[in-house]
Amino acid sequence: MAKSPEEEHPQKAFGWAARDSSGVLSPFHFSRRENGEEDVTIKILYCGVCHSDLHIVKNDWGFTRFPVVPGHEIVGVVTKTGKNVKKFKVGDRVGVGVLVGSCKKCDSCQQDLENYCPQVIFTYNSLYHDGTITYGGYSDAVVVEERYVLRFPDNLPPDAGAPLLCAGITVYSPMKYYGMTEPGKHLGVAGLGGLGHVAVKFGKAFGLRVTVISTSPKKEDEAINRLGADAFLVSSDPAKMKVAMGTMDYIIDTVSAVHALAPLLGLLKLNGKLVTLGLPDKPLELPIFPLVLGRKLVGGSDVGGMKETQEMLDFCAEHGITADIELIRMENVNMAMERLAKSDVRYRFVIDVANSLSQ
Amino acid sequence: MAKTPEEEHPIKAVGWAARDSSGVLSPFKFSRRATGEKDVRFRVLYCGICHSDLHMVKNEWGTSIYPLVPGHEIVGEVTEVGSRVKKVKVGDKVGVGCVVGACHSCENCNNDLEVYCPKMILSYGACYYDGTVTYGGYSDTMVADERYILRFPENMPLDAAAPLLCAGITVYSPLKYYGLAEPGKHIGVVGLGGLGHVGVKFAKAFGAKVTVISTSSSKKDEALEHLGADSFLLSSNQEQLEASLGTFDGILDTVSAMHSILPLIGLLKSHGKLVMLGAPEKPLELPVFPLLMGRKMVAGSATGGMKEIQEMIDFAAKHNITADIEVIPIDYVNKAMERLAKGDVRYRFVIDIGNSLASSN
Repeated sequence: MAKSPEEEHPQKAFGWAARDSSGVLSPFHFSRRENGEEDVTIKILYCGVCHSDLHIVKNDWGFTRFPVVPGHEIVGVVTKTGKNVKKFKVGDRVGVGVLVGSCKKCDSCQQDLENYCPQVIFTYNSLYHDGTITYGGYSDAVVVEERYVLRFPDNLPPDAGAPLLCAGITVYSPMKYYGMTEPGKHLGVAGLGGLGHVAVKFGKAFGLRVTVISTSPKKEDEAINRLGADAFLVSSDPAKMKVAMGTMDYIIDTVSAVHALAPLLGLLKLNGKLVTLGLPDKPLELPIFPLVLGRKLVGGSDVGGMKETQEMLDFCAEHGITADIELIRMENVNMAMERLAKSDVRYRFVIDVANSLSQ
Repeated sequence: MAKTPEEEHPIKAVGWAARDSSGVLSPFKFSRRATGEKDVRFRVLYCGICHSDLHMVKNEWGTSIYPLVPGHEIVGEVTEVGSRVKKVKVGDKVGVGCVVGACHSCENCNNDLEVYCPKMILSYGACYYDGTVTYGGYSDTMVADERYILRFPENMPLDAAAPLLCAGITVYSPLKYYGLAEPGKHIGVVGLGGLGHVGVKFAKAFGAKVTVISTSSSKKDEALEHLGADSFLLSSNQEQLEASLGTFDGILDTVSAMHSILPLIGLLKSHGKLVMLGAPEKPLELPVFPLLMGRKMVAGSATGGMKEIQEMIDFAAKHNITADIEVIPIDYVNKAMERLAKGDVRYRFVIDIGNSLASSN
């Protein structure tokens, strides 16, 4: 007979979970595995609220297993280390992102691309090696294998730095892979939310000229004066879009709703690259002529491997890059989810887990 | 008052042109400009029939200017060179492909990417620097600026080499640009026509393992026995598709009809690349999850710059790569277009201009 979440593992744990596709979260008692030889136990300080958490709690993608404890932008402190653990000691500040396991043998794993391993295990809503479901960071503690734990730089604030563990790497990785880092080139960032605002910061740090592409004219002030973008393009204004055609070397498209790619492809110069990072629930329409006549490409990307995520965190520490956040208490998470659904946040909610999660 | 095609320029020329979007071609008298200082004039011996010629004579892209003399896989022998021409001399075997002009001052032109210049001039149906319409290779003579002339080595059969000028470069360029031209890569070629069959040959020459992906099982023998592909995947067969998921580094998609790219994206390994070479006129559905989960990309490519076309010809000469062709006289051209529309050719028609055009006029 299957064990209940509380009985599954030897260490008691507490968090908030969604029970069904209403997506409403509420207190949830469960358990964590014994700290194994390769494992690190982490007391969670902060956890970012990623838009994927919202998709999952509402079962938008159809593969949620309830009850689900979301959260994959975790920052905390090590409280226990297994005997084979070399990289961390008790008291270290660490992060856990989107993955907590992989096969370690395939080509992707061997190339430090664990995120593309066909047997990748996600931080929540995935089946772990022992057959149990993984529970994420909206909780008091987590046990993770050393390989999937990141050193969190001391000079990065743990609350504003938490979203880097998903939003940060999601944008950093394709910018490097698709070569969107040549100083002086022109980057367009479509959508100004959790991913978008971090993309603007990385773009500026890489020495790019950055234009924010958005349907909301009221985001212009923020984009230019606070985030440091060089220009703002209202995508619903046909005249402005026409003038901007063929002016961008790269576009990072963070929009997760179904949307038109044709206008974005038109903004690209010859050999331009569009990377799409949002996960709409239906296919997008892809016009082929502009790809062929302009030798353009549309690529995807999904977070990053452990090595690159560490590199990204260190890059952020060096350049002073963090997310712009709104810190919330655990009990306000449902309201945060509702506001997130309406994009009413600048630009990531982060749960103050340690100070607000109480049984 | 506008001059007629015959009066426009000083050198008389004959060819076959389409007069309207019925696409039917018939004999046509026109004229070519005098040989300028940097021009090369040659008598046309052969011209390949590209599927784009068919699209253009029927005005399927809405850009055709009639009367239209198609043909951008043009080969022949030099008869005259301008005083400043250095590249070739009278008697040399040369060719002209899809492009005959560009601005020569933009970033693309300076990087040997004339084909992507915003002021690029196509070999036919386009407006030349002097305001006149360009006429293509279904004609007896051709004149082009030296920069747009390709040299053919003596040992290359000119008729079978003509299609390299469009089909050849169209597959060669993306194999190199997208990093697929490396030994050991597994490359898929979708569609076995003019582009596809040459794609197989180039990919094999680069040392790749090549799988032809087709909806017609009748092409299997050809693909394996004749073209040297390593394997054949019948894309309408669900079992074969599933067995091949995640096994391709790159796929060249030469199909211009509407079709689903979802199975093709599934065939790619992680970090794999789907390169579209045919251009369906309506958008296709792009499934986003598989693209992201495997860090895959969908990209396009169109012919190549002059430097790369010459490099491709030299590579083809070295590796004995030419097209598989059916040589036809010019008065068969309308029938050839009908057969081309049905994919009934292995794998390019080439018009024997030298031996059939004069007698047709």
